[in-house]
Amino acid sequence: MKIIVFAENQDGNFKKSTFEAISYAAQIAANNNGHVTAVSIGNVGAEKLAELGKYGADHIVSYAQEIFHSFSGEAYSKALSHAAKSLNTNLIIVSNTYSGKTIAPRTAAQLSAGIVSGVISFPDMQNGFKVRRTVFSGKAYADVNVNTSLKVLAITPNSFAILDQPKTAAIEIMDAGIGSENVHTKSIEIARTTGKVVLTEAELVVSAGRGMKGPENWHMIENLADILGAATACSKPVSDMHWRPHSEHVGQTGITIKPNLYIAIGISGAIQHLAGVSSSKVIVAINKDPEAPFFKAADYGIVGDAFEVLPLITEAAKAFKSQQA
Amino acid sequence: MKILVCMSNVPDTTTKVTFAENNTKFNTQGVQFIINPYDELALTRALEITEKQTGTVTVINVGLADTEPNVRKALAIGAHEAVRINAEPLDAYFVAEQIANYAKGENFDVILTGRESIDYNGGMVAGLLGEMLNMPSINVITAIEIENGMAHLERDIDGGREKLDCPLPFVASAQKELTDPRIPNMRGIMAARTKPLKVLEPAGSQANTLTTSFELPAPKGACKLIDVADAGKLIELLHAEAKVI
Repeated sequence: MKIIVFAENQDGNFKKSTFEAISYAAQIAANNNGHVTAVSIGNVGAEKLAELGKYGADHIVSYAQEIFHSFSGEAYSKALSHAAKSLNTNLIIVSNTYSGKTIAPRTAAQLSAGIVSGVISFPDMQNGFKVRRTVFSGKAYADVNVNTSLKVLAITPNSFAILDQPKTAAIEIMDAGIGSENVHTKSIEIARTTGKVVLTEAELVVSAGRGMKGPENWHMIENLADILGAATACSKPVSDMHWRPHSEHVGQTGITIKPNLYIAIGISGAIQHLAGVSSSKVIVAINKDPEAPFFKAADYGIVGDAFEVLPLITEAAKAFKSQQA
Repeated sequence: MKILVCMSNVPDTTTKVTFAENNTKFNTQGVQFIINPYDELALTRALEITEKQTGTVTVINVGLADTEPNVRKALAIGAHEAVRINAEPLDAYFVAEQIANYAKGENFDVILTGRESIDYNGGMVAGLLGEMLNMPSINVITAIEIENGMAHLERDIDGGREKLDCPLPFVASAQKELTDPRIPNMRGIMAARTKPLKVLEPAGSQANTLTTSFELPAPKGACKLIDVADAGKLIELLHAEAKVI
């Protein structure tokens, strides 16, 4: 079985989700006499490219022509298709990040491949090809058969472990012959939130709701998040009232996340909110209402006022971190 | 300006999800269906654009007759015309093919979808459509302005925001901040009754994936409660017991 993995970089560095995807592909390959090619698209140095071998890539391909120095769904998807065709690929793996979600469907359409996104399992190839994905924003799972010979899977970040399985992988420079006539979008400006953990990729998340009473109190949430190295998130009412940016809203109509730890402070736990976070490994609910539905979904709970509880756990977190250092 | 808005018919966000027929089908009994919230934002923004300039907004849905009340609702919100492709929406690829097949002959300037449907969360239709129609596709847009055949857009990227320009025609998927949804008023509801709603039969493509079964997540064990006075102990438990920090 020939597998290619889209190795996504940001400013020349591969992302954690890329290493997850390669580890995932390498495990499928190991069980199916397979071969994994990591496909890097963009301006990435040779030293960084070699990193991909650490996680089980047998072969590394780099499309580094200038056309790829700025992200474009049109050009990137064509490069990925070019790699798939050149390498007689059976399976294409991408991570379900914003960029991955832009490229994966275009590549699938170029190659008439069946596509499944939000994948959280290894394929079951006993009888056909079946994978599990989340549906209803995490309220349920669906098992999906893919019937085409070439398949595209977009796997959910934070769902698979990064494994050290070093290989000596040769690096090959490829050119898909894509010209500027293939790119219509023009990037004007990119603004990234610097110095903060990115919510969609975060392992630890500190989230808060109306129990915080107002945006002026959010420094308490940010402080705890900083100490733990966590991302911050919020409930729908909080983003609707513009206390926090929409990009922090987790839930059924916001983003769905899957961190190792989700701490919910002053959030009651409406069904729509729980849908977005219920796949978290460990959930902590802090709420002054003992009847808050969040306690039914949580592993740990503290019934108490946020303004009383937060300073105590912040102090404890600080002490824990200094002890670790 | 001709804008096409793609809409899904989805269970209301408060739905308690259950399955029927030995966990092979979503149980629709007692479930209220709504226009997918992101598609509703796309529709509203499309109307705002055509109101500022001139133009028409067409909504398209791939679904059986039971989706028609929500297609009518889209007309009541203000869409000028509607198309329903009379087929079960089997998977994203199938749906995109049906929409592309219709859109090919219609010369739309802009095609909008929601960023994902809140039931199957695929988020794939915009990209598939873009490729099938040979147009650029821009995912999760939070702003769009169009002037002189050029769109100025903003979109969410991993850990940030990008401003970009794209000439017409293109496909884009709506993210939450794009605008606020519009509620149909009485005049709109009356007008919707006489607006054109075309029903077309699907073109013969097959789905290439098949959902065979569903499962609900295992229920959580009991929540371990910690006294407020001992709140600091949480950190110790998260480290030593849960092993997440």
